[in-house]
Amino acid sequence: MKKRKAPKRSRSRREFLKMAASGMAGMLIVTLIPKSSSGQRIHNIEEMKHVPDWMDHYYAYVVDTTKCIGCGACARACKRENDTPDGYSRTWVERYQITDTGHVYIDSPDGGINSFPPKDVEGNVIKGFFVPKLCNHCRNTPCTQVCPVNASYESPQGVVLVDKKVCIGCGYCVQACPYDTRYIDPRTHTADKCTWCYHRVTKGLAPACVTVCPTKARIFGDLKMKNSQVREIIDNQRVMVLKPELNTEPYCFYIGLDRAVR
Amino acid sequence: MIYTEFSFPNDSHIIWSLMIVTYPYISGIMAGAFGISALYFVFGIESLKPVSRFSLLVSFSFLLCATLPLLNHLGHPERALNVVIVPNHRSAIGGFGYIYSLFLVILAMIIWFAYREDMIRAAEAASGLKKRILTILLLWNQNLNDDTRQVDRQMVFILTAIGIPSMAVLSGYVGFLFGSLKSNPWWSTPLMPFVFFVSGIISGLALVLLLYLYLGWYGYLEKSYICLRMLCSLLWFSTAMYIVLEGVELLYFYYESSDAWFVISTLLFTKLKYSFFVLQLGIGLGVAFVLLSAMFTLKLEETSFAKMGAVAAVYLLFEVWMMRWNIVVGGQLFSKSYVGFREFHPQWLEKEGILMAIIFTLLPFLVLFAVTRFLSVRPTTEEAPEQITSSGSQAGENI
Repeated sequence: MKKRKAPKRSRSRREFLKMAASGMAGMLIVTLIPKSSSGQRIHNIEEMKHVPDWMDHYYAYVVDTTKCIGCGACARACKRENDTPDGYSRTWVERYQITDTGHVYIDSPDGGINSFPPKDVEGNVIKGFFVPKLCNHCRNTPCTQVCPVNASYESPQGVVLVDKKVCIGCGYCVQACPYDTRYIDPRTHTADKCTWCYHRVTKGLAPACVTVCPTKARIFGDLKMKNSQVREIIDNQRVMVLKPELNTEPYCFYIGLDRAVR
Repeated sequence: MIYTEFSFPNDSHIIWSLMIVTYPYISGIMAGAFGISALYFVFGIESLKPVSRFSLLVSFSFLLCATLPLLNHLGHPERALNVVIVPNHRSAIGGFGYIYSLFLVILAMIIWFAYREDMIRAAEAASGLKKRILTILLLWNQNLNDDTRQVDRQMVFILTAIGIPSMAVLSGYVGFLFGSLKSNPWWSTPLMPFVFFVSGIISGLALVLLLYLYLGWYGYLEKSYICLRMLCSLLWFSTAMYIVLEGVELLYFYYESSDAWFVISTLLFTKLKYSFFVLQLGIGLGVAFVLLSAMFTLKLEETSFAKMGAVAAVYLLFEVWMMRWNIVVGGQLFSKSYVGFREFHPQWLEKEGILMAIIFTLLPFLVLFAVTRFLSVRPTTEEAPEQITSSGSQAGENI
């Protein structure tokens, strides 16, 4: 027995136009919703508040080595905030001990995450200090330059980021970084690094390491803001960058950087 | 200031290991083998005719397998094509896909034109699946006359001429990947592309020489003393070039005595003491160069000449592999603090371990074997007897 065809549902021109208009309006609304850095739609109302300001910042970081006490709170906070894998560090603290014999002792046990137990050195320590390290978010970045698929890129706010959904895990950026702040995450097999807690700063919060530093040795701010602390320091104080001879133009500046620092 | 040893926390792992050692090794052999063909097809060095077409097949087999170690190395090989689809044009690797593809296409076309007549004859004689495959390879075109032969020869000449710079770029390119990294003083030298290119030529020459002797022994290739002598001459010349390049590089580092020299000298005299000075320079390069020099200085019987050439080739193949190791792994044995060092001991069964490296190094031979099932290793079919006489007129029949 032949199956009877269902009668075609007739639509009036008015109905059709209504449907078309509502469809187009819906599509327009979807395209107007701003995207987050990872490409995902934003659905959090709190995040939406900061959307208009996202692009209107240019960040910089200052490390005052004269204030760092090597407590390791920054390294711990970073690990908690960013869930860094064991054996790798997005930020760490180095201890320098220079003795009267001319020896330079450097150590950073577990990145200084558990602070620094006393260490025996030869001779008397004549100079000792701590140096926090992190991604320098360079302007002339060797890491983004070498990334073959643009997975490493610089955000408009001057933050160097990695898109883990694009990264092929070749490790070229890790080799190119002169500061050794990058690593291949053994869990995702992609490059990973300090983002200056991009997920926080885009919400108007400071990076985790800056927030917990008890001596304010780590300072983060917006260079576009005239009264920001980082701008005041960079404009008025003598600051230095790591490995300046490589011309990477870091935006992580150091106060009180000793010549012994690697 | 005297630094005690210190490595940055993230510097505890070697990222580029045996796979990145294997890739330039394979691509170097590809370049060297292609160079031999180019010397015959473009520059008309008749003495290399017995190995001219065979070298193309060696080059092609190694080129086909060159990317496999790279794919195995990637954390996300499924995204590998992004290098070609959405490349970063500022990245040195960004151009890899294009350079590799260009050379692959050129080489495939050269082989097609160089082997067209052979394939037509084979297709006529074959039946079943082999005939079908050959017909497809011939693009269903089996026209063969003097005009088509002339076009084939011209195309081989033109394509090989284009292929030479492509091969040089592809081979030297890997050196550029290392040489352009200012973060690593052991790698960062403008000589690096030339060092990789010349050492690649050496490995290609050495392998073709060995295969030529082997295939000649079993009668697959015509034994020609002139050809053998030319291959050994080229090998000697390339090795001498390489010694100069390596020497200049080290002398430059030493004489400049910059911050880099501290870490390089420490690296060379501690971590690489055995692998660089003993294995690469001493046993590999030194012995091979002495052997090659002796071959041309002493009056040797053809058999002895061939045997010494074979031994020198084996040593040189070893030397080039050690060079790749010392550059790739050696450059990661020190921390970017420049005052810390680490160890690397490859494992047998890991993803990028010794077994995989052996497999990827031997795979091109398997491909070569498969390719030669369809394409003859002998020189041009019709000219073969004639050529045997011309190039082998003074030949030692007992090579």
